[in-house]
Parts: sequence; structure tokens; C-alpha cells
Amino acid sequence: MKQQSFEEQHQELWLQIEESLLKPTQGDSSKVLAEHYMLLCQHLSIAKERLYDAALVERLNNLVLGLYRELYRFRSETRLNLYAFFKRDFPLAIYRHRFFILWAFIVMVLPGLVIGTWTYLDEDAIYSVLDPSQVREIERMYDPEAGKIGRERESETDIFMFGFYIKNNISVAFRCFAGGMVVGLGTLLVLFFNGMFMGSIAGHLTRLDYVDTFYPFVVGHGSFELTAIVFSGAAGLRLGYAILNPGQTSRLDSLRRAGRDVVPMLYGIVLMLVIAAFLEAFWSSSASLSIQIKYSVGAVLWALVLLYSFSGRRYESR
Amino acid sequence: MLDTRYRVEIPGGINLEAQVVGPIPRCFAYAIDLGIRGICILILSLVAIPFGAFGMGGGLFLIVLFAIEWLYPVLFELFWRGQTPGKKLLGISVINDDLSPVTLGPSMVRNLLRTVDFLPLFYLLGLISMLSNRRFQRLGDLAAGTLVISLPQSAKAVVIDDIAPLAPSIALLRTEQSSVIDFLQRSQQLSVPRQQELASILDGVTHDKDDDGVDRLHRIGAWFLGVR
Repeated sequence: MKQQSFEEQHQELWLQIEESLLKPTQGDSSKVLAEHYMLLCQHLSIAKERLYDAALVERLNNLVLGLYRELYRFRSETRLNLYAFFKRDFPLAIYRHRFFILWAFIVMVLPGLVIGTWTYLDEDAIYSVLDPSQVREIERMYDPEAGKIGRERESETDIFMFGFYIKNNISVAFRCFAGGMVVGLGTLLVLFFNGMFMGSIAGHLTRLDYVDTFYPFVVGHGSFELTAIVFSGAAGLRLGYAILNPGQTSRLDSLRRAGRDVVPMLYGIVLMLVIAAFLEAFWSSSASLSIQIKYSVGAVLWALVLLYSFSGRRYESR
Repeated sequence: MLDTRYRVEIPGGINLEAQVVGPIPRCFAYAIDLGIRGICILILSLVAIPFGAFGMGGGLFLIVLFAIEWLYPVLFELFWRGQTPGKKLLGISVINDDLSPVTLGPSMVRNLLRTVDFLPLFYLLGLISMLSNRRFQRLGDLAAGTLVISLPQSAKAVVIDDIAPLAPSIALLRTEQSSVIDFLQRSQQLSVPRQQELASILDGVTHDKDDDGVDRLHRIGAWFLGVR
């Protein structure tokens, strides 16, 4: 068959499909879509096989591409099944990242402990980590005389602090993850400095005996926040490790695989940090709650987060 | 050779082709998005401040700021068929590397890793990465398994009705036939001297010079296309 008769025979259908691809309708046309797709695949192979000219092949190729994109627009993986995610996917992802989590934990906590001990013992040590204005601000935030604890100077409401924590903490977690792309170095740096920063403040405030304001403040949201930061570090290290040690696959394939594997971790991290920001803004900062309540709720939260984090092993196929 | 075609074998048993997009259109798309985000933030701050810069208004402002910074590309790519407004204007689209529409996971990975692509300044790492692989993928794309393709424009058909078909005097192979057809189809994109130059390759066969050669090839091409 000559090209022209082939074109004449199918022109109408092609035009119709081109039209429908421009303003796609929702859902109901899936059967027609599949039929068109099969038909156009056939037309394209015929056109290629018979060496019809490049313009026609390109047109058919574009039609198939459009139909293909339309056909695969709705896939099960695009619908996030929240129940399955919380019950299985996230704990399993945590279990699979356990070694990375351990390393992220060590890199963050160890420098924190060392610097914390130092600032606890030495009055001037804090100034080698933070500058004096930051130190003053932090001392003011946790001053037992203050009405609200852990507040930036100008903030008036809990909602402001909620927004502040959302923006700051999740951005830190995202950067921590992204740093993994630089063979893990960025992640290590973020973890290290965050650990150092938190450790030095904890040590310093303990030395000032602000114990009753600082620890009840951090214990509640810390369960979600610190864990989530460690998780984001683990996700970053997973990327870095995939580049450094691809095993039997190419570095690129290994990286792509890691990129798929860390996705549940990312969802989980975001959700945990939203919870943490909520707790930090509305629960932790309250000065009217007694210290005992804060410690007990904090303990319960920590227990829940840890139990949950260790619940993934049973879903691993062996 | 710089070949921007990207081929994938899809269910249906055929190799589908798409055109991957280089750094320049992507820069423009990014700049447009940046402008839109900037304007959004500006308007938002004007609206939010009366509600208390450090109170309710400020808090919501920070949340939206976070969303604009990190979620803007993800949400658009997910719900707008792989296109942010900038990409839409440029006619390009993000797509999984099996040419299926981009999904939430890959979109999140590629957009969170923007931070690294930006390093050390103005997307230098991303640019280096794009220029060092055949699919123009930046680091985020490499990890997410995504790429940016240009959406097909509707190709305009070449009018061949006014060409009188001419049967070739000798039998041609199918590949030769298709080159003659391609020559006809592309004639509008080629300058006349270039057409003459190409046609003159066949001087020894057609014995025509310049315009006559071009004309003869066009007519033979029309014949091969099936015009009678």
C-alpha cells in the first residue's frame, strides 16, 4: 500500500485522536483509549516497516506517545494508600535503612555528646560554637522566668511558631537528604553540625541549671523531630552509598534504585516533622503544663516512635 | 553527534521516541517559574502582614513559603501532567524514563535534589550533569529516573498536491525511495541552494542541473508517496 492511501484510510481516526489528546476527558474513555493505543501501535509499526516517510512516522510516534501517557496516567502507585503506608511501607523502609540510620545516629549524636559535655564543663566553650547574640537569645528563650518557653523574641502566637518550625525543620531535613547526592558528604555535614549545635545548647543550658525549662520543652517533640532528622540523614547516606558502592550494577542504576527505595522514607519524614512542628508549637511551648506531665507525655511519645520504628522487620521477605 | 532522541520499547512492541530537552529551554522554564513564585510570595506577604507579621498571618505565610519553595514543582508535575507553568509555556514536560507520566515518588526525589543541582552556584552541578549524559539529566533526574522531554508540536503536513508525479526511470531500493520522499518532505525547511546541492549528488543519474534536478526529485518523491 502506498503511503498516501494509508494516510487517507486512517486520517480521520488520527485527527480525532489528536483532537481528543488536546483536551483529555476523565476516566470513562479508558476502553476506547486502550483500543486506540493498540491500533496506533500497529499503524506506527506498519509505517516504520514500510519505510513511510519520516514526517508520518513522527506524527504516529507522537500519537502513540500521547496515548501512552494518557493510558498510564492513573496507576496504583500514584494513589498513596495511607493505611498500607503507615502499617507496612514506612516501617519496612525504616528496617531496610537500619544500617544507614545507625550511622546517621552516630554521626549526629556523638559530636553532640562530646560538645555537650564540653559546654557543660566549660563556661566559655559555647562561644566557640555559637556567637554571643545567639547564646543570649537561647538563654532568654529558656529562662525559667519567661511566660512562654522556646519562643523567638517577636513571635506572638503558637501558629507563627508552627509555620516557623514547618519551614525550618522540614527544609533542614530535605537539605540533609539532598546532601547525600554529594557522595554522602553533605548529609554527614548537616548531621554533624546539627548534632554539635543541639549538644552545645543542651550542655550550656544544663550548666546554667535551666533544666526544668529546656528538657521538658524538647522531650515531647524531640521524639518525632530528632528521629525524622536521623531518618533523613539515613536516606541521604543511602544515596551516597549507592554511588560509592554500586555492587553488581552500574553506578547510575544503583543510584536510581536508591532513589526509588528512599521514597517511603521521604513521605514518612515529612509527616513526622509536621507532627513534630505541631507538638513543638502547641504543646512543648506551653508553660502552664506541669513538668511531670510533659515528661510523661514525652516518654510515651518516645516509646511510640521507637516501637513503631522497630516494627518493620516482620514485613521483610526472607 | 548530538542526538536528542530517546528511545524506549513500550508495551505494544514498538520503540517509542521522545525528544529530550537541553539546558537552555529548561533554564527559561525555571526562570518563569521563579518569577511566578516570586510574585506569589510578594502578594502573599502583602496579604499576610495585616494579620500579624509574627502571629497568625506570619505563621501561615511561612507555611505557604515552605510549600512554594519545596512543593510547587512537585504538585504541578503531579497534577498538571509533568508540567509547571514555566514548562507548560516552553512546551516541555517531566516524564519517567519509561516515558510514563511522572509519579509522586520520582517527582519528590528530583525536586528535593534540586538543592544539590544548584550547588555551588546557579545550578552549576546540575548543568555539568546535564551536559555529561545523553539524556540531559541533572543529578535529581538521575536519582529519580526522570527526564524532561519536549512535547510534540502538531506537525504540519507538506502539500504535495500540486506536484505532478513522475515514475523513476530505474528501480530504487526501499531505503533509497524513502530518502527521496524525505527530500520532498523537508524541502520547505531547506534553502533552495541547499536543495540544489543535495540534488546535484544525483547528477550522474538524473542528468539534470540545479532547479530541474530538484524538481525531478520532488516529482519522483510524489510518485513514491502514491500520488498518481
